[in-house]
Amino acid sequence: MQDPKSVAGKHGAPAEHAELLVIGAGPAGIAAAIAGARDGAKVVLVDENPVAGGLMGLDVPLFYGQRMTAAVHNKPRMVEQVLSAKPALEEAFEAGVDVRLGVYAWGAFVNGPGVQTLPGRVVGLADDERSWLIGFDRLVVAAGARDFVVSFAGVEQPGVIGARALQSLIATYDAFDGRRIVILGSGDLAVETAQQAQARGLEVACLVEVRDSAQSVTDLPVLTGHAVARAVGGPSGIEAVDLVGPGGAVTRIACDTICLAIGLVPVVELADVLGCRLAARGDSGGHVPLVDGEGRSSIPGVSFAGDCAGVPSGDGYGYRLDWVRAQTRAGDGRELVCLCEEVSRAELLGMQPPRYLGCPPPQGHDLSSMLADGPPSHDQMKRLTRVTMGHCQGRRCREQVALHLALASNLDPAEVPLAGYRAPVRPLPLTVLADADEEQVMRDRWEVWFGIPGQWTPYADIGTEREVLDDESGLGDHMHL
Amino acid sequence: MTGQKGATTVIVGGGVTGLSAGWWLARDGMDVVVIDKGIIGWEASGRNGGGCTHYQSQLFDEEQRLWPQMDQLLGYPTEYRRERVIVAINELQFARYRRMAEITRAMGYPSSELDPRQVRELVPLAGDNAVGAVHFHFGGHANPQRTVQAYGWALQDLGGRLMQHTFVTGFSTAGGKVVAVRTNRGEIGLDNLVIAAGPQTGRLLRLLGHDLPLAAGRAEMIVTEPLPLMTHGGVDGNGLYGRQTLRGNLAYGGGPHEWVEAGDGQAVARPSTPLLRNLARRLAELFPKAGHVRMIRSWAGIIENTPDGRPVIDRLADPGNVTVATMSSVGFGLSPATGHAIRDLVIDGRCRFTDLGKLRLDRFAGLDPDWAARRGWVPIAA
Repeated sequence: MQDPKSVAGKHGAPAEHAELLVIGAGPAGIAAAIAGARDGAKVVLVDENPVAGGLMGLDVPLFYGQRMTAAVHNKPRMVEQVLSAKPALEEAFEAGVDVRLGVYAWGAFVNGPGVQTLPGRVVGLADDERSWLIGFDRLVVAAGARDFVVSFAGVEQPGVIGARALQSLIATYDAFDGRRIVILGSGDLAVETAQQAQARGLEVACLVEVRDSAQSVTDLPVLTGHAVARAVGGPSGIEAVDLVGPGGAVTRIACDTICLAIGLVPVVELADVLGCRLAARGDSGGHVPLVDGEGRSSIPGVSFAGDCAGVPSGDGYGYRLDWVRAQTRAGDGRELVCLCEEVSRAELLGMQPPRYLGCPPPQGHDLSSMLADGPPSHDQMKRLTRVTMGHCQGRRCREQVALHLALASNLDPAEVPLAGYRAPVRPLPLTVLADADEEQVMRDRWEVWFGIPGQWTPYADIGTEREVLDDESGLGDHMHL
Repeated sequence: MTGQKGATTVIVGGGVTGLSAGWWLARDGMDVVVIDKGIIGWEASGRNGGGCTHYQSQLFDEEQRLWPQMDQLLGYPTEYRRERVIVAINELQFARYRRMAEITRAMGYPSSELDPRQVRELVPLAGDNAVGAVHFHFGGHANPQRTVQAYGWALQDLGGRLMQHTFVTGFSTAGGKVVAVRTNRGEIGLDNLVIAAGPQTGRLLRLLGHDLPLAAGRAEMIVTEPLPLMTHGGVDGNGLYGRQTLRGNLAYGGGPHEWVEAGDGQAVARPSTPLLRNLARRLAELFPKAGHVRMIRSWAGIIENTPDGRPVIDRLADPGNVTVATMSSVGFGLSPATGHAIRDLVIDGRCRFTDLGKLRLDRFAGLDPDWAARRGWVPIAA
């Protein structure tokens, strides 16, 4: 028999089905969608752009740093903008691909270890009003990459932005609200970002490099051997940046935007939520899904394409570690690592309980004693300090925290376990995520807990006539307090 | 055999129950080692609703006595806050919540009924759909993650040891007693053994020749972004359990479970599922004024249940130095009291402050060996 209180059979069928579902309408996603359609498959291609202005304000999915114009709140205009910025979508339409813009993929689920009750292989989708499930035969995730963030004093002010976010606001949205940019980093990403900005008539004040030489050949001015001492801001955000150079000399450079172009991080949220096997690969930008030559992951029918499967990242973690070390030296510890939960670098390394508790650090228990009790654990730091626990879902601090743990424990960053991702991988309102069409059986048999008769029977009643009365009263699980 | 130092008492399982027991024993000056297959408090102990109000338990009085003192006793914050409010959005729910008020009032714990206007005054996130609520002037809630760490640190401060990433492969017995526990990190000699290993407890007792009927299930919770604090964080109802955390997040669970394999002592997968949509729906019904609030994560925990859904807290007759505890999926809030009871069983051979006779293991003697399959309390085949 089946336990009537278990979840088995309580989820309805997905609202729709795609033979091939592609997530992400970048070059890799569009190519996969067109190839699938030409092979005769029924293809659905979803892309979250244009992202709701409210989400952009939370720095989701990229670190926009509040430097978008008000135009991003005009959804119809932004849809037009995205369509014109991605001419390849035209080809996808012509090939018969069902293209959906402004649709978020907030989760992906397949039966496997620990779950056998899903209504098939499904992806959770949502727009700004509602959510639904879509079943798939094959899934290609082309979720792209986001920006590696290293913190410095003043990083929380409007005008600190990631390179991919800046590129997106310039090229996809035409909605960048800045004029003069200082770019952190001097590798290919930094140079490519600078050129893109200049082509739009924006001013690039300089590139900043913590190493002693520029990391690529460029005519742009590069201040080598420098780190950010502080971002100087006013009511509307960044107004200048103080850079500290060799010997401690400080140079102030006027700018309204500081762009982090140190490195890219493959977006592996859905891969992790799905339970795909991942590997830490510094030369690919961090954790990536393990895939074969065709992009096929450890889960049958699920593939990864484009930057989310890995972005070339020079000498691996070494460059990012150099930035973390340099910015740690340039700071006084009060600079925020976790912007959502307001955890500073010193509070992170000191395992300081969160500020809302107003209590001192634990006496005799610190990062080194924690490392003596076991391998470094980002997840453990989350529960102690609340780092990586906020509304941006760790997009702005995750990699930096892992690098700090690697430095503190003298381990290769590849040995620090990935802090797990959890659905929904986009922070969406309860009313949007809510299942408006849930099955009647879900409503009828909903229990607070396991629905075991007698679990809440008072101890004194056990073995008495009253126990039988309690059970038969039907009060059951809703007696949970 | 490698050279792990032995201990007077070895506790298998670094969840709240094992950690609390270790802390109570260390307070008595005992040399304690707590071993865990992963990180302490990493399973259901650190992932639950944080409720501290278990009127059905014989340990209820002790739970209520201890929680207000725990921050001070442990020396670290647990984020404990007093009182519970349970909000009904239909008459059936209200009838059930009133019944709980009756039961607890008869036990000497006061509560009051709120009309819809009073509900909205006390619970700013509640809406026009509230038909009433019960305000329990006792009980409370705490932060599970901070509490497990507080137990762990308090135990270490008293000289106790934690061995994480250590899993049990067997026991050595001699003269009717367990004399050592065998682990992947060597053998640890002992005088007393406590097994409080959650879903693993059944497997470990089988190694000692005892049948402890348990089934493991996965349950899920959701968390929102922070909101301004309500005066009472311990508000739930509408088929949900949970609380507003001191940070301001709404953290709520409930709904159907899935029976899963308990595993063989290694880490198990804990996927969350689209059930988060059904939880979101009920949370938005409970708190209509929080409908716009964003969910930022969900998670799942694996919890064990006995056939009657009630704990086993017992000292075995043979081997004579083994105490066992499974809380049957309701362990966090009771943990201060459970640790005290286990301390008594280990040191005095019986619980001195209350009678736990109805929670003995031998109540399951003669149970149909197929009990779990007959009820459908088994994983669905892949």
